Amino acid sequence: MSEFVAELNDSDWEQQVLKATQPVLVDFWAAWCSPCRALAPMVDEVAGKYVGRARVFKLNVDHNQEAPAKYGIRGIPTLILFKDREEVERVVGIPSSPVESIGQMIDRHL
Amino acid sequence: MTYDFDVVIIGGGPTGLAAAVYTGRALLRTLVLEKAVPGGQIVFSAAIDNYPGFPDGISGYDFSQAFLKHAQRFGAEVRIGTGAAAIERRDDGTFDIRLSDGTTVSTRAVIMAMGRSPRKLDVPGYEKLFGSGVSVCATCDGAFFRNVPVAVVGGGNSAVEEGAFLTRFASEVRSIHRRDHFTAQKILIEEYLHNPKVRPIWNTTVEEIYGEREVEGIRVRNLLTGTTEDLDVKAVFVFIGWLPNSDLCRGLVALDDEGRVKVNELMETSLPGIYAAGDLCVRPIYQLANVVADGVQAAVSVEKYLDRK
Repeated sequence: MSEFVAELNDSDWEQQVLKATQPVLVDFWAAWCSPCRALAPMVDEVAGKYVGRARVFKLNVDHNQEAPAKYGIRGIPTLILFKDREEVERVVGIPSSPVESIGQMIDRHL
Repeated sequence: MTYDFDVVIIGGGPTGLAAAVYTGRALLRTLVLEKAVPGGQIVFSAAIDNYPGFPDGISGYDFSQAFLKHAQRFGAEVRIGTGAAAIERRDDGTFDIRLSDGTTVSTRAVIMAMGRSPRKLDVPGYEKLFGSGVSVCATCDGAFFRNVPVAVVGGGNSAVEEGAFLTRFASEVRSIHRRDHFTAQKILIEEYLHNPKVRPIWNTTVEEIYGEREVEGIRVRNLLTGTTEDLDVKAVFVFIGWLPNSDLCRGLVALDDEGRVKVNELMETSLPGIYAAGDLCVRPIYQLANVVADGVQAAVSVEKYLDRK
């Protein structure tokens, strides 16, 4: 786990995601998900680049049911970017040039 | 003339990384370009059970990381998140490769190992509902469909293996295939058809995937009778073959009708100095062990080619 990506739970969703003043990126993942593990270091790298400008969290879909159900998660890895309480962008699967493309997604909403 | 690298390997899956182990050990200056994540398609595999030497199986992620470390141990530079945008041949028979980050590297030889991607189902609803019930990865997405009926489309190894995996979660797996039998390995078919949750639907194709925000059902057509039927499924897992990632090769090396790179037993393409290996190529079978061997062959061929120059 990177020092820049904190683990998030259903119980702190309201506080950390919806009440955030910066864009928030949430990485929905699970330990059994091989591509999630492959993507994780890239998500960490993005988080490190955006310190102070955007927050990045991981939410384990095995341990949390509310947020995945509310946002209709039907596959992982899924990354959702939130701003002003709303979902603004979503990526399902592993994009090409992950660090750049996830970074560009955040840039569009800074 | 100096070159940035002796060999650039395009694709950081098992084929490309195996090649890099060998070119690294041959002391060739090696660059591996991986546009997404190390391992390529194999990271989507939850458990690899047919790679000899791993009797307990190994996850696609762990397998990929081992290949990555092995390639790096012998000196290969692996750029993750960087792909190749174009290959240009110079007059002296070496190559300039333009990268996705806008920079260019020069190299004396190239190994193309870009692999292949799952073929899409060309029906209404596929694109719109992809990630919302339409999937090409049971191990990624199967757990979101507990105790509901799902559909699997296809009849090869991938369809049968992934369909079997889905029985852990789904209440029922409707297994739709355009033929009247599966073409997967016998042991896989045997286990699959004995699973009480599996219901094969033969001689049938998918016509439409419907639903507003997520999959609500599919319309299928029986090819023998021509009749259509709506199936109440919450997800559609599609395994109907593969397309080679050969865009970069067009106009450069010879391809077959399906866009696969033609290679000989030395992994030589039609253009000297460019080698190709693995899933990207015309191969008799597409198994992990033989595409790894392809990478090894390509590496040794490159070493001999550069020695001759």
